[in-house]
Amino acid sequence: MKYDIIVVGGGHAGSEAALASARLGNKTLLITGNINNIADAPCNPSIGGPAKGIVVREIDALGGEMAKNTDKSILQIKKLNTRKGPAVWALRAQIDKIEYQKNMTETIKSTKNLDIKETFVKKLIVENNVVKGVITKEEEIKAKAVILTTGTYLNSNILIGSTKKKEGPHGEETELNLSKHLKELGFTIQRLKTGTPPRIKKDTIDFTKTKREPGDTDILTFSYENKPYYDPEKQELCHLIYTNKKTHEIINKNLTKSAMYGGYAEGIGPRYCPSIEDKIVRFKDKERHQLFLEPESKNLDTIYIQGFSSSMPKEVQKEMVKSLPGLENAEILKYAYAIEYDAIDPTQLKRTLETKIIENLFTAGQINGTSGYEEAACQGLIAAINANQKLKGKKPLILRRDEAYIGVLIDDLVTKGTKEPYRLLTSRAEYRLLLRDDNADLRLTEYGNEIGLVTKENYQKFKIKLENIKKLLKELTKEITPTKEINNILKENNINKIIDKTTLENLLKRPEVTIENLKPFLKNNYDKEVIEEVEIIVKYSGYIKKQEEEAKKLKEYENIKLSENIDYQKISNLALEAREKLTKIKPTSIGQAMRISGVNPSDIAVLMIYLKRGKNE
Amino acid sequence: MDDTIAAISTTLGVGAISIIRVSGKDAIEKVNNITNINLLTKKTHTISYGYIKDKDEIIDEVLITIMKGPKTFTTEDTIEINCHGGIAPTEKVLSILLKQGIRIAEPGEFTKRAFLNGRIDLTKSEAVMDLINSKSDKARKISINNLRGTTTNKIRTLREKLVNIISNIEVNIDYPEYQDIEKVTIDKIKKELSEIKRSLDEIIENSKTSKIIKSGINVAIIGRPNVGKSSILNKLIEEEKAIVTNVPGTTRDIIEGTLILEGITLNLIDTAGIRETEDIVEKIGVEKSKNVLNKADLVLLILNNNEKLTKEDEELLKISNNKTRIIVINKTDLKKNLNLSQNFENIVYTSTKKEEGIENLLNKIKELFSLEKIETNDFSYVSSIEQLNKIEQAKESVKDIETGLKENLPIDMLEIDLKNIWNLLGEVIGESYTEELLDNLFKNFCVGK
Repeated sequence: MKYDIIVVGGGHAGSEAALASARLGNKTLLITGNINNIADAPCNPSIGGPAKGIVVREIDALGGEMAKNTDKSILQIKKLNTRKGPAVWALRAQIDKIEYQKNMTETIKSTKNLDIKETFVKKLIVENNVVKGVITKEEEIKAKAVILTTGTYLNSNILIGSTKKKEGPHGEETELNLSKHLKELGFTIQRLKTGTPPRIKKDTIDFTKTKREPGDTDILTFSYENKPYYDPEKQELCHLIYTNKKTHEIINKNLTKSAMYGGYAEGIGPRYCPSIEDKIVRFKDKERHQLFLEPESKNLDTIYIQGFSSSMPKEVQKEMVKSLPGLENAEILKYAYAIEYDAIDPTQLKRTLETKIIENLFTAGQINGTSGYEEAACQGLIAAINANQKLKGKKPLILRRDEAYIGVLIDDLVTKGTKEPYRLLTSRAEYRLLLRDDNADLRLTEYGNEIGLVTKENYQKFKIKLENIKKLLKELTKEITPTKEINNILKENNINKIIDKTTLENLLKRPEVTIENLKPFLKNNYDKEVIEEVEIIVKYSGYIKKQEEEAKKLKEYENIKLSENIDYQKISNLALEAREKLTKIKPTSIGQAMRISGVNPSDIAVLMIYLKRGKNE
Repeated sequence: MDDTIAAISTTLGVGAISIIRVSGKDAIEKVNNITNINLLTKKTHTISYGYIKDKDEIIDEVLITIMKGPKTFTTEDTIEINCHGGIAPTEKVLSILLKQGIRIAEPGEFTKRAFLNGRIDLTKSEAVMDLINSKSDKARKISINNLRGTTTNKIRTLREKLVNIISNIEVNIDYPEYQDIEKVTIDKIKKELSEIKRSLDEIIENSKTSKIIKSGINVAIIGRPNVGKSSILNKLIEEEKAIVTNVPGTTRDIIEGTLILEGITLNLIDTAGIRETEDIVEKIGVEKSKNVLNKADLVLLILNNNEKLTKEDEELLKISNNKTRIIVINKTDLKKNLNLSQNFENIVYTSTKKEEGIENLLNKIKELFSLEKIETNDFSYVSSIEQLNKIEQAKESVKDIETGLKENLPIDMLEIDLKNIWNLLGEVIGESYTEELLDNLFKNFCVGK
């Protein structure tokens, strides 16, 4: 049996990769260690949040699945940061993790060109540095391209106190051979660590001692399809509690019993995802830490304690949990654990997510050193798109930093590498104001359509939205004069009167004015999305323009391409450090080269001259 | 490569003229905006006489050479402005050009452009690259050395303050659910903003070397009548073969003449008429001397060796005591009758008649202002302007925040300008560590699942 593309791993990266690959007409095989674990959410039962939520929207605009699948599995949803500017608005949903898996598995199973196989991949078939397929426990399977999305299952250890077990998050088999094999192929393997909190039996919690955290009352969806599957009146609640003095005492007393502080772990954990032990050690003065009790599924009797991840022994965990308000009699269904796993150094990847050393081998998700479902999913999508483009001899999809958070993520990974599990944060984006939740479709739908992942229906819808935005913007250029009649209309619509002739657009720039107020002057009616979009474009035009100017500069440098074949060692005027870094990273543009730490402006000048000389000769 | 660049092409210092070179596609148009000469009608490779103006103020009389590409060094349209020598006027002209949206040239950039545009032979390319490398290294070092430690520390402190508030805003954005974390409010930004503004002003003030380069040292020569003030001045001028100019636009009210020492401008303040009348104290009185002293960076107090210390001398000694001061005891060719009541620092003995001691005086000035440490080649100069330019840009961002506050813009947008200020200051002191922000964020805020 020969496939076009084999995807190894069925998590969030693998699901997106397999679906995109198959939808683009490639004969695709998804290999997973456990068919019941497809699109599993082994950590927090939520999707989205600042930056991450925008990534989900971007995935949707490109024609990926995560947004749609999330919309089908919502327990509770909120729009975050609404008191701040539109650049940082973001959706976050609590998902029903069982529904989420079920929905994704169904979608995968019903997709044409897509087979699923439950097994483990031991090795890759590599000939002349080109991947030709995989070797599983049972057989060899040939393919033109392979996408590795192995998540935390590469040589993983589960750590609880001093116990260390070679297994995956649910006590399953971990893959020991593959990581060794990758090392033999020339990949630099690094050891990372992450962790998860305990799960509590719901009916052993006294919720009267907690603060209710409901979802938004507005109907919200991640997908631009705008199909809500949930009833906003019937959303599940989250609950807020705090740690206390007693919790901290227990942790301090038992600190050396934890896997991390007892010296039992070797992986590097993320700063942004500290265990409760870390929080208490590093922030000694804080008297309490906030914790959220989050439901995992309507089909499960488990509650996830967000903010309480730990690698303490089970006995200590019991004590810790019982010290929390409302959890005095709580029963732990699953203990918190830390997990160590192997990942490759992402600077060994191209911006297409193809590896530099093995052709047609792509990697996505935690194997690339990232953390988070959203980060994984978007990489899976991009890896599959670029595998498809490569096999078909088409132009790869490389998103710039000013085009998408996905672009920021991949560029950071392949240019700077990462020493800890990488999480997207809004502060990683230079052009935050351009990368908004509202405009992901405007930024990316054309790409998705060109590649062939956007359905006709959705593309049409997008085109209509685009037209309406243009139409409304045009209507806003209309001038009004300060006649008595006009000023009366303004007054009726709560707008201060005008003294000079002005455009509707200028009026809209006033903080108190919305398009709703201007309706008497408009010819057409517009839907909510169009109105929101135009308000943002007009009201924040000053800052948006500023960032667009900056992004233009970036684009110019991105357009100066660097060939993969440049021998930097032979460019004698480059500083030694720059030579080494450039040889390792092999940047594809001057823009990317500028972002490599250790490459100085004078090195860039030398490179520009080198390029020019090449052309002249 | 599309933009227009400018730099001072001659070594700064003593000299009748200095040349500013402008290159790029908008060179002619942009220079045309700031001169009374209609450059657009001029033939290529011609020289015109006129002046450079800043709005309505005339800055300098100049000769402007217009050279249209491709027959120029860079092959681009090029303008050369011949200004009067001296740092103040040249710098002023350059800063007006920068206001036109012209960018200051990177070290070696004219040469680089000449090369990239195929003007320089390819066989010379290695040498060009060496040049660029060595020049930019030097420039980097100089630009950082140019700032005194105190200024660098001030910038660091301000950046720390900024990074704290920025990371607090970031954490509010990325972790909105954390209710225990302080929310940055508009009021807090307002408060911080006034502090930022004050710090930026202080940085400019305290950037003493930059100030010296930018505007020179204000020097007051004081002393009672007939102690030899004008002779000292004349000898200083003779010794340095320097020019005393009255440059329109730079004189304002107080600067009477400009003397260039080791490439650094000495602005002689309120010495009106001392060459004719010798009667400064009589003329202006001690009260007025105090005013003069306030504006001076350096005081030359002249005493007569031949006469006993008078009440007036004592008064002058007292009022100039806390200034950077050199006591010049003149007329050492005559009998010593002067008895100083205490041991003063920085005393120089001169005899203008015998032409003795003037060199000692010059050395003393150099010593007090560490002039020999300031490199007056184009790069140290350019990078200083660039640094000041960046600080000015930072001040512009402060204004943008103020406007944003008025327009009720959300905090995350105002933060864009805060970040801009932080980045600019980082560039000034050569620190741009991209992970700094995240490090700070996770160090100071306890967040995460």
